[in-house]
Amino acid sequence: MSNFSNIFNQYNWEDVKTSIYSKNKQDVINALAANKPTLEDFKALISPAAEMYIEQMANKSSALTQKRFGKTIQLFAPMYLSNECNNICTYCGFSLDNKVKRKTLSDAELILEVEAIKQQGFNHILLVTGESNHTVNIDYFLNAINLIKSSFANISIEFQPLEVEEYKKLHEAGVYSVLVYQETYHQEVYKVYHPKGKKSNFSYRLETPDRVGEAQIHKIGLGVLLGLEDWRVDSFFCALHLDYLQKTYWKTKYSISFPRMRPAEGIIEPNVIVNDKNLVQLLSAYRLLNEDVELSISTRESEHFRNNVIPLGVTSMSAGSKTNPGGYSVEPTSLEQFEISDDRTVKQISDLITQSGYQPVYKDWDRQFN
Amino acid sequence: MQALKIAQKEFSSRLFLGTGKFGSSKLMEEAVISSGSELVTVALKRIDLETETDNLLSHLKHPHINLLPNTSGARNAKEAIFAAQLAREALETNWLKLEIHPDPKYLLPDALETLKATEALAKMGFIILPYIHADPVLCKQLEDAGTSAVMPLGSPIGTNKGLKTIDFLEIIIEQSKVPVIIDAGIGSPSHAAKAMEIGADAVLVNTAIAVAGNPVQMAKAFKLAVEAGRLAYEAKLASIQNNAQASSPLTSFLNV
Repeated sequence: MSNFSNIFNQYNWEDVKTSIYSKNKQDVINALAANKPTLEDFKALISPAAEMYIEQMANKSSALTQKRFGKTIQLFAPMYLSNECNNICTYCGFSLDNKVKRKTLSDAELILEVEAIKQQGFNHILLVTGESNHTVNIDYFLNAINLIKSSFANISIEFQPLEVEEYKKLHEAGVYSVLVYQETYHQEVYKVYHPKGKKSNFSYRLETPDRVGEAQIHKIGLGVLLGLEDWRVDSFFCALHLDYLQKTYWKTKYSISFPRMRPAEGIIEPNVIVNDKNLVQLLSAYRLLNEDVELSISTRESEHFRNNVIPLGVTSMSAGSKTNPGGYSVEPTSLEQFEISDDRTVKQISDLITQSGYQPVYKDWDRQFN
Repeated sequence: MQALKIAQKEFSSRLFLGTGKFGSSKLMEEAVISSGSELVTVALKRIDLETETDNLLSHLKHPHINLLPNTSGARNAKEAIFAAQLAREALETNWLKLEIHPDPKYLLPDALETLKATEALAKMGFIILPYIHADPVLCKQLEDAGTSAVMPLGSPIGTNKGLKTIDFLEIIIEQSKVPVIIDAGIGSPSHAAKAMEIGADAVLVNTAIAVAGNPVQMAKAFKLAVEAGRLAYEAKLASIQNNAQASSPLTSFLNV
């Protein structure tokens, strides 16, 4: 059957790169003025030529976001279920070759973590794991979701890529959204960063959002790991992916996340530095391209950045996050995936949002809808 | 100004408000009060009866404000019917703004599923106000199905583009036996006044007020515009003439 690979294979990384870097001022001006910007306009908006238009881009992004989402920011918490992993990913704290003690939450521990997260006021949760198919598999996921689903209005997952039938089961169990980041769309470089494990299969990962869409999950989250490869080219491919998915699985919502590489146990330095200005440009470009895609900023980002990014087009933020299994209560010192940068409490983030003239939203779904 | 009657309930204000998108619940409350609205719609998915974090409802506890729960998030009739029952239980009202939009991009309403849900919900005793395209045939079908009003869109939701569907809205208003409330797309008070001038029974506004520079003042502006438009309609507007009428060259021979 047809899937994103068919489209992806029509493009060549170097050609796309040349095209982006050859965009000029006039292309940017046209893109900024376009009523319905195209992917060619998006290239102009993420090009170096657009850097001098960043204020105009941010303004337009802010206005479009307010029109569609209002002055609201949704809050969610990530909850790591396990840091067991059979993959080697050279940038990740959970990488198999990182010889540190691993942990997977038991039922009793899960419930304790949920209580700790609920106490902070969260109603939307993101469940995260590494990839360890023998122990942390569909049976583990279904059990975990059944244990916690009465506590949350909205459950998102960031697990290893699964099969359509497995996504259908998760959907029935109450999963609202699935996040799966391609990390990089550069097929050759992908192999270098992911030398071992199931994740080293580029195509299987690339076609995962198709499987999620087929299973009729409500929302699909995409993203690239900012720091692996040229962020402009990677983001073009991500936007191409989004465009394809939105036309194919038209009943599904979409979100984009912006994971910038952070220090973690035993990892490499970023290959490419994505600075704050780059990130604002990218975020604004996505908004100008797509008025309804949700844009998410995590606690990977600094306090300074998060203080100022709220009105620029963001629609959801995590807060008070722990990136290790048991981090909220049962084992605060277990191996974390990456160091968080903004360690302020939920209350502090909520106040920050309010002070910016925005409303923190804790509940925007009802589990009864599932 | 005549009172508006929907399902035996009278409203002195013909402006309905949405409660989403405001920078804070307090600001929403102030805008609702400033608008004079007596009917505000609240998304079931935003209501949190368990915890105090999202305190929408506590800001809407005024004797003159009636709640109109909506089914935003429902993708088909089945989900909407389920959401309606939950809303009835949670908010203790059988009033319902029926929204079924399978497409999360433009949030355009699904006519087939909306008709199906209206038929079922009417039998269950709901007072239904369905959000629909400006489709005159669908409006008559919804009447037959037992709807209490129709809520055709002026333009896509949240766009502030005004009455792009005006030719169809006029047909709907002409033919309708139930109140016609123009929902979605009304971006400025002049759009609202225009809707009332063509004979709409009410308008529903959200984005244009919620994200205005000063939502409270904008709510008042809409209040005044809706009243002006309605008064003008009731006063009967003079017709538009393309030419000055000086003589009657074709029929003057009749007077000879």
